[in-house]
Amino acid sequence: MSDSYNRGLIEDFGRWREFAPGMWAWILHKFTGWILIGYLFTHIAVLSTALGAAGNTAAIEAGDDVYTTTLQGLEGLFLVRILEVGLLAVAVFHILNGVRLLMIDLGIGLESQDKSFYVSLVVTAAITVASVPTFMTGVGV
Amino acid sequence: MSTQQEQPPETDDTSTETVESSTDAGPAPQDRRMEEKADRRARRERTADEIDAGTETVHLKVFRYDPEVAEKQEPRFDDFHVPFEKGMTVLDALIYARDEFDPSLTFRHSCRQAVCGSDAFFVNGRQRLGCQTQISDLDGPVRVEPLPHQDVVKDLVVDMGHFYEQMHAVEPYFQEEEDLPDGDLEEQFQTRENREKVKMSTRCIWCGACMSSCNIAAGDNEYLGPAAINKAYRFAMDDREGEELKEHRLRILEQEHGVWRCQTQFSCTEVCPKDIPLTEHIQELKREAVKKNLKFW
Repeated sequence: MSDSYNRGLIEDFGRWREFAPGMWAWILHKFTGWILIGYLFTHIAVLSTALGAAGNTAAIEAGDDVYTTTLQGLEGLFLVRILEVGLLAVAVFHILNGVRLLMIDLGIGLESQDKSFYVSLVVTAAITVASVPTFMTGVGV
Repeated sequence: MSTQQEQPPETDDTSTETVESSTDAGPAPQDRRMEEKADRRARRERTADEIDAGTETVHLKVFRYDPEVAEKQEPRFDDFHVPFEKGMTVLDALIYARDEFDPSLTFRHSCRQAVCGSDAFFVNGRQRLGCQTQISDLDGPVRVEPLPHQDVVKDLVVDMGHFYEQMHAVEPYFQEEEDLPDGDLEEQFQTRENREKVKMSTRCIWCGACMSSCNIAAGDNEYLGPAAINKAYRFAMDDREGEELKEHRLRILEQEHGVWRCQTQFSCTEVCPKDIPLTEHIQELKREAVKKNLKFW
């Protein structure tokens, strides 16, 4: 469509000025979806490198097997705790907006699609804030 | 030359001389054109005086581009200061700028009352109908661009060819040939409830604002787009067409680049100048397509 003529920066930035809620919801849904996929593979990688603990009962009882040390090492990092709060926020928003999209697919409440987006944002924020004490306990700061 | 709105005073003197020198020798049509040109310049100066006198003006920034004119091959924005009148629309301001300042300013318009659908522009970062948008509702300066995701032919004129192709692809016409009432003058009635169901979808004026706002349509040229799907909805939901025709219409819609491409961004519904609930119609057709294909045995 617009191949033969490039409006350059005008085209690229002009569209960002007035995003409607539905568009933000779409962008955030894609964004959080990609983060969750990225987390999934990191998760698999961490767990599979820690598999050496399997069968080694004595080490597991002593608490110095690969799995336990790896996870304790990660949990000891301040950055990992922050990322965990972020992961919860991302997952909660993705779930809530997913429910919103399900409603839209069923044809329920299409007129209030913007309000349901704002609600999912507010609920995400509330859950994230409430989770901070749990996630940040005992971190070495 | 003519694309410049404000000319420096030095050039005014020289061009006045050319008018005078060509009056004796030049042919009549040229005389007339020269007179008109002088006339326009005089009016432009008068408007400039009015601006100085403190009249309220609208600052328009209009996108200019013309592949056939060397000076306009590089896209740019031209500024126009149009005297504001109560009730002035973006289209009114553009018409004033074209008539008074720059006759080469090009845009489509016809009915001026949101019926013909030819003056959809990208105004202040959003697709709107020029004739339906009040200047007083906008923050200045008012930036007018051609619709995004369509080829620019010249200034604000875009190539609507692809949009019309998609519209025609859904066979936007009544096709029932059986069950027609007998007699030449016999009417084929529609129930009031059914009319109410398709009412909003019949409002479409083919302006192309929805298609331009949809970023799925921007990335996928084969996607039918909100307007075409809405047009298909208008006929698929009409009771006067039989079941067979409805299935035929759904077969067109449920193809790879049909209703399933919609990702419910609601951009089309936001910009539609006739307030058609486009996303709602697309979603309903998705459900119809699922119902048609779902088999539990």
